[in-house]
Amino acid sequence: MSQAQHSHGQQKPGKVAAAWTGFMSWVDERFPLTETFEYHMSHYWAPKNFNFWYFFGVLSMVVLVNQLLTGIWLTMSYVPSGAGAFASVEYIMRDVEYGWLLRYLHSTGASAFFVVVYLHMFRALMYGSYRKPRELLWLVGMAIFIVLMAEGFFGYLLPWGNMSYWGAQVIVSLVGALPVIGPDLMEWVRGDFLMSEITLNRFFALHVVALPLVLVMLVFVHIVALHHVGSNNPDGIEIKKHKDERGVPLDGIPFHPYYTIGHDLPAIVGFLFIFCAVVFFAPEMGGYFLEKPNFEMADPLKTPAHIAPVWYYTPFYAMLRAATFPVFGLSAKFWGFVVMAGAIVVPAVLPWLDRSPVKSMRYKGVLSKFMLAVFVVSFFILGYLGTIAPSPGATLLAQICTVVYFAYFVLMPWYTRVEKTKPAPERVTMR
Amino acid sequence: MNMRRLLAVLVLLPGLAWAAEEINWPMEPMEPDLQNTPSLQNGYRLYVNYCMGCHSLKFQRYERTADDLLIPHDVMLENIIFTGQKIGEQMTVAMAPELAKNWFGAPPPDLTMVERVRGAEWIYNYLKTFYIDPSRPLGVNNKVFPNVAMPHALLELQGIQREGCKQVPKIAANGGEMRDPLVPGKSITEEQCGLLVLEEGTGLYDAKTFDQAVYDITNFLHYVGDPSRADRHRTGGFVLIFLVILWVFTWLLGREYNKAVR
Repeated sequence: MSQAQHSHGQQKPGKVAAAWTGFMSWVDERFPLTETFEYHMSHYWAPKNFNFWYFFGVLSMVVLVNQLLTGIWLTMSYVPSGAGAFASVEYIMRDVEYGWLLRYLHSTGASAFFVVVYLHMFRALMYGSYRKPRELLWLVGMAIFIVLMAEGFFGYLLPWGNMSYWGAQVIVSLVGALPVIGPDLMEWVRGDFLMSEITLNRFFALHVVALPLVLVMLVFVHIVALHHVGSNNPDGIEIKKHKDERGVPLDGIPFHPYYTIGHDLPAIVGFLFIFCAVVFFAPEMGGYFLEKPNFEMADPLKTPAHIAPVWYYTPFYAMLRAATFPVFGLSAKFWGFVVMAGAIVVPAVLPWLDRSPVKSMRYKGVLSKFMLAVFVVSFFILGYLGTIAPSPGATLLAQICTVVYFAYFVLMPWYTRVEKTKPAPERVTMR
Repeated sequence: MNMRRLLAVLVLLPGLAWAAEEINWPMEPMEPDLQNTPSLQNGYRLYVNYCMGCHSLKFQRYERTADDLLIPHDVMLENIIFTGQKIGEQMTVAMAPELAKNWFGAPPPDLTMVERVRGAEWIYNYLKTFYIDPSRPLGVNNKVFPNVAMPHALLELQGIQREGCKQVPKIAANGGEMRDPLVPGKSITEEQCGLLVLEEGTGLYDAKTFDQAVYDITNFLHYVGDPSRADRHRTGGFVLIFLVILWVFTWLLGREYNKAVR
C-alpha cells in the first residue's frame, strides 16, 4: 500500500497521498507508529502452515473485547448493592434499550471465553507450543488463565441470584479449610460473617476494575512475548532456522495481511455466527450458561437444591469433590482444595516436563498421543461429573479421572523420553 | 461463621436436592407459544384476576406488557390495572410480606421469573393438580408440589378435584396400550388409585376450557420471564443471515490471499 502510494507519488504527487505521507512522517518522528505496525503486523513473519487450531488466539481477543465493551455498558445500569443488584439486572433485561442483548452478549461471552481459551491451550499441548524458547510465553498464558478464572468467579456473584450467592459461598468457604488461619482468612475474604453486600461490593470492584486491568496487561505481555520469540506451528519446528538474505524466514509470511485477512477474518465471522446463534436463540444453553436457580434472588436461608458451578469450572470442581478422605490429620476438604488448586496450576510446569526431542504431536510417539487422548477424555468426564450431584459411583470415577489428569503431567518426563519419535522435518509441511 | 455448618451444607444439600426435585407424578407436556397472542392475553387476564392478589410481577411494567401483548392502553387501564397505578409502573402488590407470612407460613413469592426457574411444564402441571385434602390447613394439597402453602386459587374455575381411583388403559410390555382381542379397538383397562378425579359441573369451566386457561397462564408466565424473547428471535434471524453473507465475502477475500501463500 505505502509502496504503491510512493511510486504513484513519484510520477505525480496526489494531494491526499502527499498529505498522508507528510502526516505519517510527522507522527513517526514523534512516535514509532509505522515501526510498531511493521514489527507486530506487516513484518511479523508467521509460519505459513497455520491450521484450524490457530484461530483461537485471535478469537480470545475478540471475546475479550466483547466482554470489555458489554461490561462497560452493563456497569452503567448495574447497581452493586444487596437490595438493588438482582433488580438492576432485570431492569437491564426489561427496561434498558437492548439491555437484554448486552447482558446475553456478556453472559454468553463468559462461556465463549473459556471455550476458546481451552481450545487455545489444547493447541499448545498438541503442538508443544510451551517448549523452549516459549516458556515465558506459556507462563504468561497460564497467568491469564488463572486471572480469567478469578474474573469469571467474581463476575458470577454480581447478578446476586441464588446460585451466584451459594456458588460463591461454597468456593469462599474453601479458604476456611486451610489449617489454623482458615476461618479467620475466610472472614477476611468475605469481609463479613456470611456472604453479604460487603462481599458483593468487593467482588464488583475486583471484577470491573482490578482484574480487567491485570487481564489486559497480561494479554499485552503475552503478545509481546509471542512476537519476540515468534509463533510455533503444527510441525513444532523453528522457521527462524532457515532465512533468506534479507533475514526473512523462508517459511514465514507477513502476519498482516495473510493471517489477519486471509485466515482470521473469515474465522472471526464464522465464530460470531455460532456465538450469535447462542446469544439470540439459546442464551441459557439449557441451564449451563445461565443456571435456573439464578433467576431467583440470593437468599441466605434457602440453598438451591443442587449447587453446581458454571460448566467451565466443573472439571476442577469435580476434582475438588474427588478428595473424600482426610490425610495427615488434615480434612478432606483441605485436600480437595489442594487438588483443585494443583490441577489449575500444574500445566505451568509443562515446559520442564516435556523431554521429547520433537515438539509436535505429529512426530511424537504413541505414548504421548495416548496420554494426551486420555487426558482430554478425563477432562471431559470430570466436567460432566462436576455438574451432577455426587454419588459413590460418580466419586470413584472422578477419583480415577483425577489420577489420569495428573498422570499426564507427572509421567510426562518418562513417557516423552522412552517413546520412539518420528524425525521432525527441516521445513514446514503444508497439509 | 463456623466450618461445621458449611461442611454440613456441602455434604447434605445435594442429598436433600434429590428428595426435593423428585416429582412423583406423570407430568403432561407443555409447549409455550409466544406467537399465540390471544392465549397470552387471556393468560394475563387470568393472572391479574386470580394470581396478582398475592403474587407480584415486580420486575415487569404494565405498559411493556400491554405493548408486547397488543393490548390498547385504555383497555389496559380499565380492565387490568385495578389498583389506580399508572401504566408505566411495575406490577407490584399491596400485600405486606410479614402479614402474608403469618397467613400462609411463607410470603407468596414474586413470579416474574418463575417460569425460568421451574419451567413451563412444572407450572402447567402444578396448577392442574390441586385436590381436596382436609388434613391441610387450607383444605387442599398438590401433586406436583406436595404440602404447598398456597390455596387453590383457581378452584372456582376448575371445581372440586379429589384423589381417587380411575379405570386407565393397561400398558403392555412393549409400551403400547393393551387391546381387547375380541372387541376391535377396545382397550383393556385396570383400576389405578392415587389419581385425581374431577367432579364434573362443580367449576365454572369444563375440563377442556380449564386446561386451556392453565395453558394460557403458563404461556403468559413464559412470556413475562423473558419478555424480549420474541424480539430476540426476530433480530437473531437477521443477524445470522447478515453473518452468513459477510462470511461469504470474507471467505472469498481470504481465498485470494491464501492463493498467494500456496
